[in-house]
Amino acid sequence: MAFTAFAGGASAPAVEPAARRRSPIALFLLLPGIFYLVLFFVTPLISLVITSLQEPDPLIFGQYVNAFNWQNYVSVMEQYWSHALRSAGYAALATLFALLIGFPLAYFIGITLRPYPLVQSLALVLVIAPFFISFLLRTLAWKQIFSVEGPVAGILSSLGALPPGATITGTTFSVIFGLTYNFIPFMVLPIYATLVSLDLRLLEASNDLYGSPATTFRTVTLPLSAAGVMSGTLLTFIPAAGDYINASREFLGATDTAMIGNVIEANFLVLQNFPAAAALSLILMAFILVLVAAYVKRSGTEDLL
Amino acid sequence: MTNNEVPKSGFAEAGADLELVGISKRFPGFTAIEELDLTIPAGSFFALLGPSGCGKTTTLRLIAGLEEPTAGRILIGGKDVTATKAYQRPVNTVFQSYALFPHMTILQNVAFGLKRRGIQNADALAHEALQLVELDHVAGRKPTQLSGGQQQRVALARAVVNRPALLLLDEPLGALDLKLRRQMQVELKDIQSEVGLTFLHVTHDQEEAMTMADTVAVMNKGRIEQMGAPQDLYELPHTAFVAKFLGQSNLFTGDVISSSSTSIVIDAAGSKIEVPTARAQRTSGRVTVGVRPEKVTLHDSEPKPQSGRTVVGPGRITDVSFSGVSTQYEVTIPHLGAISVFAQNTSISTLHHDGDTVWLSWAVDHAFGLADEAEAEPISRFHADLDTSMIAVQTRKDLEAELEEA
Repeated sequence: MAFTAFAGGASAPAVEPAARRRSPIALFLLLPGIFYLVLFFVTPLISLVITSLQEPDPLIFGQYVNAFNWQNYVSVMEQYWSHALRSAGYAALATLFALLIGFPLAYFIGITLRPYPLVQSLALVLVIAPFFISFLLRTLAWKQIFSVEGPVAGILSSLGALPPGATITGTTFSVIFGLTYNFIPFMVLPIYATLVSLDLRLLEASNDLYGSPATTFRTVTLPLSAAGVMSGTLLTFIPAAGDYINASREFLGATDTAMIGNVIEANFLVLQNFPAAAALSLILMAFILVLVAAYVKRSGTEDLL
Repeated sequence: MTNNEVPKSGFAEAGADLELVGISKRFPGFTAIEELDLTIPAGSFFALLGPSGCGKTTTLRLIAGLEEPTAGRILIGGKDVTATKAYQRPVNTVFQSYALFPHMTILQNVAFGLKRRGIQNADALAHEALQLVELDHVAGRKPTQLSGGQQQRVALARAVVNRPALLLLDEPLGALDLKLRRQMQVELKDIQSEVGLTFLHVTHDQEEAMTMADTVAVMNKGRIEQMGAPQDLYELPHTAFVAKFLGQSNLFTGDVISSSSTSIVIDAAGSKIEVPTARAQRTSGRVTVGVRPEKVTLHDSEPKPQSGRTVVGPGRITDVSFSGVSTQYEVTIPHLGAISVFAQNTSISTLHHDGDTVWLSWAVDHAFGLADEAEAEPISRFHADLDTSMIAVQTRKDLEAELEEA
């Protein structure tokens, strides 16, 4: 269901009757894909489910044995519900900001720059350019820029906008900023893809039919780019909700900005409480799946607005 | 209603005059329209006819407000609308591409303009407009579920429903097949007389312009060459472009050798061609004159000189195309060139054949004199085939002679 949303169209193309016929060759050609999915998706998933139900070995400390200890789920939720809530909130805000910045950018590249194909390609390259540098390095660079000795803190302090002793990093602001910054290309590209193929004659038709620029945007441009907006928000929200780099203390976060991803990381690598980490991962997965399904069901129907 | 508002005042009671004053439009690198003056009276069906790239679509877009003129003024119903935006003008367009909103139903498409103006019973009016184009039964469908002809009618309904003072039609029938096109031409004409709006129809199809419009303006290279009733334009073209673009013409260029108060005579490569002075734009010097192919009569033998008739010949028939009702002949006269003749097939015996030697005549009153000279380019569309057909005819004659000898 969610995958049709990524394909950029609300309505999936009707399956040709001929394609439904089973042929041994088709199955054979599918084998590598099936093999890949079983090896790298189904197997880890089953392993994760098994781990999430394990209980501590009564004899050896730090070891876990297979069991059906479903209380793991209850206890992690009791312990980390605030982190889960914070993750959802941060991801939602980051998605909103990425949309507010990304849509005008995509509009500018896809429509305003249409008469200048060279500039358009160049602008698109600039959007993708951050990917040439590692995600970690980029986030570290922002940590430097926002650090106490950095230019931003310096200017704000000299203006008196930043109280003495206060920092920019390690705050809710810096984490949401980092998430927004890192995921903007995922928002821009799908929206750009729908806007670049938008028939401008439709906008002229709306203008001709007494639609002011604002009305035209609301009644024509926005509904016709809804598929891109939906793909973009999903592509931003899903990884942002599980992100553990931006909110980590080594990067832009602090202990009180920890998101669910940081908790899972700590349980797996530091506390070595594998069942708790596995249970949290599965809860995160289920949460996102339900949210996305509800979103696609609502937006995927014909009338978004 | 101020200038910054969408026109909210109800429907136009009748069409409005359109006046273009000294309109020029320059794009980077070329001029689309140069100093265009045009007045279209209220309630008329006006066609702007010209080849692609002549500036007719640009003119339409300027009137709609989708482009801004470089210079000049646009007045609709006496009000200067040059500075207003497209959505503020009491003008609607039927676009060549239809430009129906793909995410809306047919009804929503048709009601779009009404809703933007805040008209109360928009849906009911939209249904009425759809009934006018006989498409009310598809009101709930999306544009992609309709055929090209149906989409075209929806586009028309979407524009007409607003009762604009001026309706612009941008080659709206271009994508339709011939039968549907004929049908839509009749429907359009009916709707125009029914609602009494001013229609401005832009097209490159001369037949469409002539059958539908009250007034036709022939446009070429950003200028209007000639304007008038379709029949006047056809019978008395003023320029070589009009003579050739609107139907077919046989054109001859030569010096005026004698002129009287009633007629002038030119010498076109040895043939004397007479034109009434009243139908000639120029009466001295080098003049191009013409005659329509259906006005020319074929003769098997040289006709006796007769006052009021121009005779040329002898020539040889180089092409015959029979089309049932009429036959089109191509006659080549030495030095004068190829002349097209349309002959009604009134009796079976009048059929002429390839290679026959014939004389041509026409009434002096049917000739016309042009203001400019015809360029040295093929007069008729068969010119390119001339040499090959001549060779073919000659070869057949030779073959027949050979067979007779044998």
